[in-house]
Amino acid sequence: MAEHVVPLKTYIGVFLSLMALTALTTGVAYIDLGALNTVAALTIAVVKMLLVVLYFMHARYATGLTRVVIIAGFFWLGILITFALSDELTRNWEIVPQAWGAIIASLRAPVDGCPKWHGR
Amino acid sequence: MADTVAHAHSAHPPGFAHQFEDIEQQREASTLGMWVFLVTEILFFGGMFASYTIYRSLHLPAFETGSRLLEVKFGAINTAVLICSSLTMVLAIRAAQVGKGKAQIAFYLILTMILGATFLGLKLRFEWYHDYIEHIVPGFGFEYRPEWGSLAPQVQMFMCFYFFMTGLHALHMVAGIGVLSVLTIMAARNRFSAEYYAPLDISGLYWHFVDIVWIFLFPLLYLIGGRYAIGGGH
Repeated sequence: MAEHVVPLKTYIGVFLSLMALTALTTGVAYIDLGALNTVAALTIAVVKMLLVVLYFMHARYATGLTRVVIIAGFFWLGILITFALSDELTRNWEIVPQAWGAIIASLRAPVDGCPKWHGR
Repeated sequence: MADTVAHAHSAHPPGFAHQFEDIEQQREASTLGMWVFLVTEILFFGGMFASYTIYRSLHLPAFETGSRLLEVKFGAINTAVLICSSLTMVLAIRAAQVGKGKAQIAFYLILTMILGATFLGLKLRFEWYHDYIEHIVPGFGFEYRPEWGSLAPQVQMFMCFYFFMTGLHALHMVAGIGVLSVLTIMAARNRFSAEYYAPLDISGLYWHFVDIVWIFLFPLLYLIGGRYAIGGGH
């Protein structure tokens, strides 16, 4: 419940974790991890968000109804981003990607005089 | 029935509104209501985050070039400043919860406002003003640089995203400081107690939400632009 008084120790612990994670995410940005740089940055951001939501915003001590509203908010954000990206990132997909051409040709080639697969 | 109402009225703690069964239900209602508002805010900023993600995936090299125009050290310092302000905000609420006097509540609120103003001051003086001098503010004398080559229009688009996202975030900070100054006056007038501190509680939720937006803006705008390739700001 909102009445729950969080111990000072918890707040200080969360604060120090957030500071440490900020230093970590800044440091990691200067190391070349390829695509993992983005993954690391966003993972650390999500962990920081969870710390703030659960402890500073007291979601950990909230009632079920409030938790449902919080989760629904992030769920809808997920729908927004997932559906927008699933459209945008697949627009230039070829109907049959060129790289598949060789595979399809090999499948169409007759083996022992009998075509293995009659793909269109 | 009339007796019960009269009794409840005489015993009610300050700040208790009569339509609620008890102060606990009132607290629950205000927390829930604030979260419903914050959900609309999540989707408000979410639209920007979604469009940023799409354009970043379409123009990755230009967005990385744009990202390197920003100074990581100011982004990191401002992240730390906002985290400190979130701590002082929860300490203000905690001071009310455990029944500390108005002086301590007001002290933490003022500290939170000072940290919020520090964030805005750093952003204006060392980032936005600097960007203006360097002609990388779209609409205010933006100049293409030769080293950008054909990426230049999309670098400008990155800067549009940067100013809209950080600008909208800064506006939320200004609103937050406005809310906190009202709370400080309320605290000075002894309006909060261990039973009634809902305005502090829900304003805290808002302040932390704005902090979370920055927690995502910092890596998205400053960090994931291939910093390792050049090893520093501009």
